[in-house]
Formats: sequence, C-alpha cells, structure tokens
Amino acid sequence: MSEQGNTSDKVVTRAWWVLILTTLVVGGVGFFLIVVLGNQIEVEDPIVENFTPTDLFVQPDAEWNTSVLVAKSPETREIRKLTWFVFAIAGGIFLVVEGLLLYAIFRYRRTKKQRLEETGEPVQLYGSNPVEIAWTIIPIIIVLVLCLATIRTIQTVQPTKNDRPENALTVEVIGHRWWWEFRYPELDVVTANEMYIPVDRPIWLEIGSADVIHSFWVPELQGKMDAIPAHTNYWKLTAEKVGTYLGQCAEYCGNQHANMLIRVVVLDESGFDGWAKEQARPADNITSEQVDLGRKVFLKYACQSCHAVAGVSEGTYAPDLTHLMSRKTFAGGMIPNTPDNLKAWIDDPAQIKPGSDMPALKLTPQEIEQVVAYLVTLK
Amino acid sequence: MTVLPKPTSGALNISPPGILERVHEWVTTVDHKKLGMLYIFSGLFFFLIGGIEAGVIRWQLASAANDVAGPVTYNQMFTMHGTTMVFLVGMPVLLGFGNYLVPLMIGTRDMAFPRLNAWGFWVFLFGGLLLYFSFIGSAGLFGTAGAPDVGWFAYSPLTSRTFNRGNNVDYWILGILVSGFGSMATGINLVVTILCLRCKGMTLMRMPIMVWSMLVTGFLVMIALPVLTAAQVMLLFDRFLGAHFFNPQLDGSALLWQHLFWFFGHPEVYILIIPAFGFISEIVPVFSRKVIFGYTMMVIALVWIAFQSMSVWAHHMFAVGLPPSLNAFFAASTFLIAIPTGIKVFNWLGTIWGGRLIFHTPMLYAMGFIAMFVIGGLTGIMLATVPFDWDVSDSYFVVGHFHYVLFGGTMFAVFAAVFYWFPKMTGKMLSERLGKWQFWILLIGMNLTFGPMHISGILGMPRRIYTYAPDRGLEIWNLLSSIGYLVQFVAIVLFAYNLISSLRNGRKAGDDPWNAWTLEWATTSPPKDWNFNPLPAVKSRRPLWDAKHPEDPDYDYE
Repeated sequence: MSEQGNTSDKVVTRAWWVLILTTLVVGGVGFFLIVVLGNQIEVEDPIVENFTPTDLFVQPDAEWNTSVLVAKSPETREIRKLTWFVFAIAGGIFLVVEGLLLYAIFRYRRTKKQRLEETGEPVQLYGSNPVEIAWTIIPIIIVLVLCLATIRTIQTVQPTKNDRPENALTVEVIGHRWWWEFRYPELDVVTANEMYIPVDRPIWLEIGSADVIHSFWVPELQGKMDAIPAHTNYWKLTAEKVGTYLGQCAEYCGNQHANMLIRVVVLDESGFDGWAKEQARPADNITSEQVDLGRKVFLKYACQSCHAVAGVSEGTYAPDLTHLMSRKTFAGGMIPNTPDNLKAWIDDPAQIKPGSDMPALKLTPQEIEQVVAYLVTLK
Repeated sequence: MTVLPKPTSGALNISPPGILERVHEWVTTVDHKKLGMLYIFSGLFFFLIGGIEAGVIRWQLASAANDVAGPVTYNQMFTMHGTTMVFLVGMPVLLGFGNYLVPLMIGTRDMAFPRLNAWGFWVFLFGGLLLYFSFIGSAGLFGTAGAPDVGWFAYSPLTSRTFNRGNNVDYWILGILVSGFGSMATGINLVVTILCLRCKGMTLMRMPIMVWSMLVTGFLVMIALPVLTAAQVMLLFDRFLGAHFFNPQLDGSALLWQHLFWFFGHPEVYILIIPAFGFISEIVPVFSRKVIFGYTMMVIALVWIAFQSMSVWAHHMFAVGLPPSLNAFFAASTFLIAIPTGIKVFNWLGTIWGGRLIFHTPMLYAMGFIAMFVIGGLTGIMLATVPFDWDVSDSYFVVGHFHYVLFGGTMFAVFAAVFYWFPKMTGKMLSERLGKWQFWILLIGMNLTFGPMHISGILGMPRRIYTYAPDRGLEIWNLLSSIGYLVQFVAIVLFAYNLISSLRNGRKAGDDPWNAWTLEWATTSPPKDWNFNPLPAVKSRRPLWDAKHPEDPDYDYE
C-alpha cells in the first residue's frame, strides 16, 4: 500500500531544490573560472601553446601533432577559447547528471530487507511543477550563453566574400581526387600538396574542387572548410610561427581519401619571397643527353597531356611538375619525393596508391631512368 | 443444414504442424505480433552482419599503415555498416517493437491495416536483401563490382556516373528506396492505429509514453522518409536519364543533395532515438516501482523534439560554407533541442528518485542507456558550437559521438526492451545471469571502443580513412578501439546464446513477470491471436496499478 501524501511530496521536492541550487552554484563557479581563465588566455598568450591537456594524448614518438586543441594562428586561438568554454560546461553538466544518476542508483536500491519483507510500493510521485520548471529554465540559460558565445566566435572567425584583408596573400585551393592544387594568382605560381605561405601575413583561401567534394583541414592553423565543385568557399588563416603543419582531406572523396595530405610550410618573409621567385621562373633546363631523352619520353607518352611543365607542356588534370623537386613529397603527400620513389611510381602508380588516376604507361626500365633523370632537374 | 459429427479428441488426427506449415504460417501472417517479431528478428540478423562489417573496419584500423582490407573493401565496409545499422537494424527493430506493442498497449486486436503491415515488412526485408545482393550482383562495365562505397549519406557528386561507374550506387538507391516504402507503410499504420483504435477510456493523455513515442515516430517517418525517397529518385534520374540535379558541371548543385539528405537525415536520427526514449520510459518506472515523473512534460518534450528535429538539419553542414547567419540559426536551433532532451533525462532521474530500484537486466540496460546517452548528448551540444564543429566535424570525434547516441543509447534501449518484453513475446524468461554478464561486458566494451574515438578525433583523425601513417600518434587510440570491438563481440555472442537457449528451455514467464502496469501485461504470454477477450477499458495511465491497488488507484491523482 502506498502513501501518496503531500508531506512526503514536499520532502522530495525539497531534496530536488537543494540539488538544483548546488548545480547552480557549481555551474556559477565554473562559469566564473572559465571567464577568468578565458581572459588569462588572452593576456598571457603562450598558455594554450605551451600547456594543453592534449599533450597527454599524444604519443611521445609521434612526429606530427594535428590536435584540434593546439593553436598556432589567431583564428584557432579564438576557436580554442570557445572550445574550452564548451568543454567546461559539458564537463560540468556531465558531472552533475552522472553524479545524480549514480547517487540515485546507490541511494534508492531496493534493500535486502525490503525484498524479503515484501514491503509495499514506494511513494508515488506524479511530478512537481516547480522542479520541472526549474530544470527547464536552467538549461535554457545555459544554452543561451552557449549560443551567444558561439555566434560571437562565428562572427570573429568566419569570413564572407567581402572580408578579404588588404594585405592578404590569395591562395586558390583546389581539391582533386586525390591531391591538392595550390594556385597563387598574384604570384603566378602553381604547386601541389605543399602550400607555402609567409608567416604573420593573412592568407586568403579561395577553396574549390575539380571533381567531388573534399575538405581542406589543417587543424593547427584553421578549422576545416569544404571544397565543393562549382562553388567557392572563402576562408582565412594567419600562421604565427615558421614551420611545417600537417593536414588532410576531411570529406570522403572515394578510394584514396586517406592519402590526400596537406603540408603547409610557413616561411619567414624573405624565405617566402625567395621561394615565390624560384617558383615563378621556368625550371626546364637541358643539362645532358640523358635529360634530353627524358624530356622526349615525357612528351612522347601521355605524361604531358595531364602534367604541366612551364614552357614544355600544359596539362591541368594532374599536378604541375614545373618545380617538382622543390617538393618534399608526392602522390598526394603520401611518399617522400626521391628519385627511387619516382621510378617506382612511374612504373606502376597503383602499386603505391591503388585507385590513382595516373595510369601505368608501360615504359621500359630505360625510359623510366630517362624520364626520372629529366624530372629531377625540375627544381 | 447438415449436422457434423461432434469430434472427440481421438477422432481427428491433429498432428503438430510440420516445418512447412510453420513457415507458411509466418510468411502469410498479418498478425501484428508475428510481424513485429519478424521485424525484430530480421533487424537483429542484420545487426550481426553490420557488426561483422564493423569488425573488418576495426581490424584494418588496428595498426598504422595496415593492409588487411585495402581501400576498396574498407570503403565498402563502412558504407554498408552505416547503411545497415541505420536502415536495416535501427528502424526495423524499433518499428518492430512498435508493431508488437502498440496494439497491446492501447488495448486493441491488431494494427489498423494488417495487410499493409505485412506488405511493409516484406518490402523492407527484400529491400535489405537487394542491398546485400550488390556484393555479388553489381558487376559493372568497368570492373567496379561490389557493394556501395560512397558512405551511408552518399554525397553527390561522388554518386554520379562520372565517379561511380558500376551499379553499386544503384543498389544502394534501390535497396534503401524499397525498404523506405516499408518504413513509411509502418509509420502510417502506427499513426492510424494509435489515433483510431484505442480501447475504451484510453484518451491520448492516458497512453503509455511508449505509445506516444511511436505516434511521434510514425509522424516523423511520414515526414522525413519521402524526402529521401524523392532525392533518391532524383539521383536515379541523374544516373539513368541524363538529368543533372546534382551535377555541378551542368548547373546542378552538389549541396542540394546534402540539404535533401539531411532534411531526412536529422529527423531520422530522432526516429532512431525517440522509440528508445519510449522503451526507457516504460522500463524505468516499473523497476523503480514508481509512476513516471512528469508525464505531461515527457509528452510535451517528445513532441517538441519531433518538431525541432526538422529545423536542425544543416548542423551536419557547418563546414560546407553556409553564410554565418545560417550557421548561427542552425546552431541555435540545435542548442534548443537540448532542452526537451534534458527534460526527459531529468524526468527519468525524477522517476528513480525515491524509488525502490530493482536491478533486473532491463533496468541495468536502462541505467546504462541514461548514462551513455548523456555522454552522447553532451558531445552533441559541443558539436553544435559551430567553430568547434569546424575542428572536429567529419573526424572520429563525430564517430564517437553518434555511437554513444546510437549504440550506448538506441542499442542499449533495444537490449533493455528485448530483456523486458521477451517474456511477453515467448512466454519464457531470458537468463538473468547471462544478461547481467552481457551488460557489463558490453558497457566496458563500448566505452573502450567509442571513448578513444573522441581522442583520435581531437588528434586530427578524419573519419573514413582506410589507413593512417605511423607518425601521427593515432595508433594507441585505434588499437584500444579495436580491442573494445572484440570485448563487445563477446557480449553479443553471449546475447545470441541467451536468446537461443532461453527460447528452448527458459524459465516459464507467466503473464506478468515484472509486476508491471501497462495493458500488454494483462493478457497471456504469448498473447492469443486476438490479444484481448473482451477488450479492456481503462481509467488511468496505469490500468494494472489500478487493478492491483484498488484502494489507491491512479485516477485519483491524474
């Protein structure tokens, strides 16, 4: 038999109020801490860089750190502040709700005594308006705060078409199956898979695709932005430190989606100017008979119909090879750019990258030697 | 009028039905209970297949630069895993429970359209089989035979003829399209049944929450599925009739598919979780020995979620370059949906608060559901903050997130439901001992699998990559996920063994083994063909409580 009296109702309701007040207090303190912490990040710059809990996750022998908690640009710094804020709120709610659940599970387990004595049913509580209103309004407040913080960060980070900074360097990013093309319209430079940019200068990205949807993602420098055919997305980043940053395609684009890497090489201003100058001049330069034979092979077979070499061929389907040897990797950033790897690649691309659009042209070993001899002069 | 001789027990030669008779009975049945069980059984069968596909995925990713599956097989595996789990496991199992339980819970004899019901099931089953036939039947002209490999959301223009020359995408379209018709039929059937066939006294606000969740799900199916079907027909036009809805080269739009797909896809997520809310809302009160806390708010929250779920689709598209104002709108809308969801969680907590909790297996799973669903819900809120979503969308963080919702959430609720209603369906109890082992192994296994995925996502691992380099620091987290898969596999084997052995020699259940309160427990286990004779009449939300406590009935308080 159950007692459904008002008194017991009140007792339970009071317990709820205590818990809700605790939640508010814990949440308030957490909120306060985050605001203070958030300001500290702004004042003492290197906190995010030098100490992030994500370091705990990274294996000590890992060469690359592509964590989305590391910030190496003003844009990511802005995003990380929001990230930590949201982590804190979600973590707080997690602790409160799972704590309440565990508490209730242990507190209200049926005891052995209750089981043996077959005591009747517990108090039937049909609901409580103040409590239900409270746990509707508190989430609304939390959600409102989150929403405002989100909108503020969107406004700060996401550019629209007209937001290009005056001093920005424009890079057209074009996704291909399965490699990246980078065009610098102001510098008359075209390259693949490795994007060179100057430090501390805003980079204006115009992202598109030549075939299916890809996504440009270099976690330490900026969030991801999709590369969509017949549609340009505008994106902006500023690298703060010289170095190389790893990224990769983040939208499934078919067979070799996994091998579509991006390396962003950040150089100081003079270094970048030197690189751009080198890239803008033609590199085709016959130094020996072997190289000459190699160029003939390159022109005789289908190579030249897809690959461009400034002054020699004009294909646009595949990566521009004008300065092939200035790049550290090839095949979508998959393997190191060495003469031996080039030979193996030309012999049969599918052995290295199954599904690749580059066909095996069935060159003789001699022809492969010759064409690679030519390619390694393209510095 | 001829007078037939009165048969004596010995005179008629009634042998037990042979295998053919029994198969015939199941194939031709229009009984909602049999069809419900067929739905659930086929769903669990596909669950095994989808689970094996997940095994190939985890095997391939267990170490860096691994080579056991290769890109082609791997891409087929994640596509089939996702498609199977959403369309051939989630929907049929949940709608199957709806099919079985709704007529019993509202005190009627069958669904409103029994033959449509049977049609729906067979269409779903053959749609699923058609999809799987692609493994052997999709030989294309260009050596591209095999299962679909475009991901379960099949973004255009990857699905165009240019980039997919075999027939595997056509199998994906037709298989899902056909089984989608089955789901729509069931959705309509559920809505009509619930609105028209409730027993005497069963007003809308006296229906069990489970029935409410099925009503809402039915509406969502009716609204969301046709959009997918239309988009798939458009895609077929593109592929066969030279249309160019999704062909950007000819002024089609690559993004149109995403809008259409996610306008279906997000309500679909709620189609997969709202019935789970229904199961939990039935199981938690019974094993807490308390009435559901805040019934009215629970119903309001369900309907609120359903409406809201239709205005959040573009949160799957924060990285496609929508204007900032649209990003802000969809973020706000997504945040807002957290409120009714929070209300539900709090009301479950309110129900167990002050109860007398009995931890039979269904209750264990229900508690596991709440604990895991909260994690998935919170990472969902994190994903709604657009800038953070730019960081982790399409990464393993998202994979971890939705597995906490759909595995820790939906599948835990399904296990709870199987353990709770198996006695009603078969008259036998499942083994509690095996069930509890299974629960703890599964809980550990799922956290071991899907927990580290959040970390590998944060470390920058995109989803759907078949390989990753050893210098990225991703190995340990992927290895943990793969070990977790094996742990879960043990739990699933235990479950299968439990089902088979309990079906053969499980303890007799009796009509009302859990001392529960809703109408399905008022009839026999398993129920007779016509469910109730005579049809019941109710006065409150818990008719069996009223019967068991005549001195203190519910209707005094509602």
